[in-house]
Amino acid sequence: MSAVLSFPRERGEPANGDRQEPWPVLRAEEMSKDYGPVTVLSDVSLDVLSGEIHAVIGENGAGKSTFMRLLSGYAEPTAGTLTVAGQQVSFSKPEHAQQAGIVLVHQEILLADGLTVAENLFLGRELMRNGMVDDRAMRRLATEKLTELGCKVSPNALVRNIALADRQLVQIARALLDDYKVVIFDEPTAVLTGDEVERLLGIILQLKEQGAAVLYISHRLDEVQRLADKVSVLRDGRLVGTYPAAGLTQMDMARLMVGRDLAALYPEKRNTVPGEVSLKVNGLSVPGYAKDISFTAAKGEILGFAGMIGAGRTEVFEGIMGLRAANGSVTLNGKPIDIRSPRAAMDAGIGYLTEDRKGKGLLLQERLAPNLTLSSLARFHPGLMMRRGREKAALLDAVDEYDIRLKTLGVKAGQLSGGNQQKLLLAKVLMTTPSLVVIDEPTRGIDIANKAQIYAFIHRLVGEGKTCIVISSEMQELIGICDRILVMREGRITGEVMGDKMTEHEIALLATSDVTTTDRQGGTT
Amino acid sequence: MSAVVGSTPLRQEREWNIGWADVGPFLALLALLLIGFVINPDFLSATNLGNVITRSAFIAIIAVGATFVISSGGLDLSVGSMAAFITGITIMFMNSMAPEWGLAAIPAGMVVAIVVGTACGLMNGLIVTVGKIEPFIATLGTMGIFRALITYMSDGGTIPIDRSLREAYRPVYFGTVAGVPLPILISIAVAAVASFALYKMKYGRKCAAVGANEDVARYSGISIIKTRTIAYAIQGACVAIAAICYVPRLGAATPTTGVLWELQVITAVVIGGTALRGGKGHVWGTVAGAVILELIANLMVLSDFVSEYLVAGVQGVIIIIAMLIQRFSK
Repeated sequence: MSAVLSFPRERGEPANGDRQEPWPVLRAEEMSKDYGPVTVLSDVSLDVLSGEIHAVIGENGAGKSTFMRLLSGYAEPTAGTLTVAGQQVSFSKPEHAQQAGIVLVHQEILLADGLTVAENLFLGRELMRNGMVDDRAMRRLATEKLTELGCKVSPNALVRNIALADRQLVQIARALLDDYKVVIFDEPTAVLTGDEVERLLGIILQLKEQGAAVLYISHRLDEVQRLADKVSVLRDGRLVGTYPAAGLTQMDMARLMVGRDLAALYPEKRNTVPGEVSLKVNGLSVPGYAKDISFTAAKGEILGFAGMIGAGRTEVFEGIMGLRAANGSVTLNGKPIDIRSPRAAMDAGIGYLTEDRKGKGLLLQERLAPNLTLSSLARFHPGLMMRRGREKAALLDAVDEYDIRLKTLGVKAGQLSGGNQQKLLLAKVLMTTPSLVVIDEPTRGIDIANKAQIYAFIHRLVGEGKTCIVISSEMQELIGICDRILVMREGRITGEVMGDKMTEHEIALLATSDVTTTDRQGGTT
Repeated sequence: MSAVVGSTPLRQEREWNIGWADVGPFLALLALLLIGFVINPDFLSATNLGNVITRSAFIAIIAVGATFVISSGGLDLSVGSMAAFITGITIMFMNSMAPEWGLAAIPAGMVVAIVVGTACGLMNGLIVTVGKIEPFIATLGTMGIFRALITYMSDGGTIPIDRSLREAYRPVYFGTVAGVPLPILISIAVAAVASFALYKMKYGRKCAAVGANEDVARYSGISIIKTRTIAYAIQGACVAIAAICYVPRLGAATPTTGVLWELQVITAVVIGGTALRGGKGHVWGTVAGAVILELIANLMVLSDFVSEYLVAGVQGVIIIIAMLIQRFSK
């Protein structure tokens, strides 16, 4: 691999080509972080060597993000020391970390939409010439840097108009503009798909090749296994250990993260014959997102919707729910549904759990009871006055039934962990007594223990004769729980898989390639 | 952190979290009364306080309506002009009916006021929700319209109430029940009804949900259009009630009636603890806010330290301080 990325060298270091022994570029010793009385990280020590990819894994809340924040100057440690290239350092702001050579590639895309690619790359550190901003030099450098990363967007393009994957690359390019010794990637592939992930992993390997020390945070264990030289596992704010990646299977990693043997993540496959058809969608189109969608789902069936992000899966169901302009015919249990109003869809018996739990699912500043009953106020409070007693009883039931873990009943929804928020959202939607439950990304941002519980709930729902539709970007999840999977690509259903054909390979093929053979076509049965 | 102990029984206490937004306005009110007493002992006399609170009634009543609008994530700049417009219409209606109906024209006029007010509010609401126009711009437009209409109706002068009605109508502003001025009782009644609607009825939940997060409300099957439009209609009705109380005070409507009330109203709502970006509304806090504004004006008149010409300036300082407190007490 040719060294296309320029890795800045310290003076006195051997020139490129003289392969140097790996040396610890970054050394964290017994780093701890308390927030008030809560210790979120305690005594974490690890070395990151030059030319090494060091993965940090752990469940949500294990302290990964906190650790990264300490390393990159977004938070100050309560105790412990940090050494970069042999010099002890302490950062009180991100700029200090950058000066010391630690750059962080954020998980979220933090770019200004309305500015150009080049303007974003140099935001806050514009190149100047004669007291004026030197646009030409910045554009030239931007083009150079982006080409190195294999990104073809024009430096003059508005960030708003470029693809998500390219934005990610712009963000990486921005980070790599600094002199860096250590590059931290925080869940960099979360928003990417297929080829884009491959391209990014290639870039990371290139960085390693050139002698950078790479810290790689991810919950995608397959990527970790492919990429990492070493794996450090965090659990409950402590370092479980650092292991050579070579001897570690994904199952080993999962076990280390959870701290106990995992019971089977997915419930056992059911061998039930689906009942009569409950949902029937015919010729549905959602302008701009999906076209000519027809499918059915049966009582007692778990139907999966697979596809890339942007394939139109979410939009189809937002259309059916009346949350988005759509037309076509939808019937549930033989009755046609007015797809123009969410209220009508709910009253007809469709429940939809949004993928955007925090933005569209729950009122984070509100307490749990108002959240729980928000979709079913009329049912809870017939008549003029609200019945708070009823509401509270329902909350106690829900906490019990869905195993929502909380300290007091008075907490706000935003204070719950992701998994518990998801359970609350599930309880909220089920309060409307739907006969069809659509769950969009049921386990996004949820730790493994809660995942298993959510899957069990889904099984219980269909066991009660409800129909369940699961939209997910995690193919394994769909294969693990669904009876049948429909695959969407660019706003159309491109195929259906079930039984032996339910493999990642088959789904990926339908989700990405143009071929739609006649025997796979449709999904209408 | 996800690790929360599940086996321990749920603690039931602290279900009532009382925050700054709940008590802040009342503490401020108390502090102001104390300061007033220190500066001038006459300040706390029943007569003075009665006068001050009576004067604050218009703003308080309108601001209670504004609490609905702001809680649901909207804003209404037209309330001052709307008050003037309704005052004008009401007086004109009463005057034209007085020869035929005699004193019965007064209650009839009141009904007309409420109907016109609700209709005006409804119009604001529909422009904002169905027309999908930013509340700021929509109500800036209707503010101009109402102001122009009252100026046109009065021909730039005044619309006085008919002599035959004046005496009978006087008590609505100047009268007392058991020693308490009527406008104060009306404010309390309006606030009581409002707090019932906001805290005891489903509508209040919907209102706060729409204001806190429109998407969550929509995904929960709550109609944004209906909820917000109703809030504007309630605002219109409250403006009408304020106008009804206002008529006997000067006995006339003029093109300058209600000028800049919208600013005082928004200030009262915000220092009352309701967030300007929407969410939970604080009805009684709003009432306290309205009283605070009037108390400050009164205090400045009674004391010799600050010129009373600076009243609006001090009120401006107060709203900024209130926002800073809200911001940093998070």
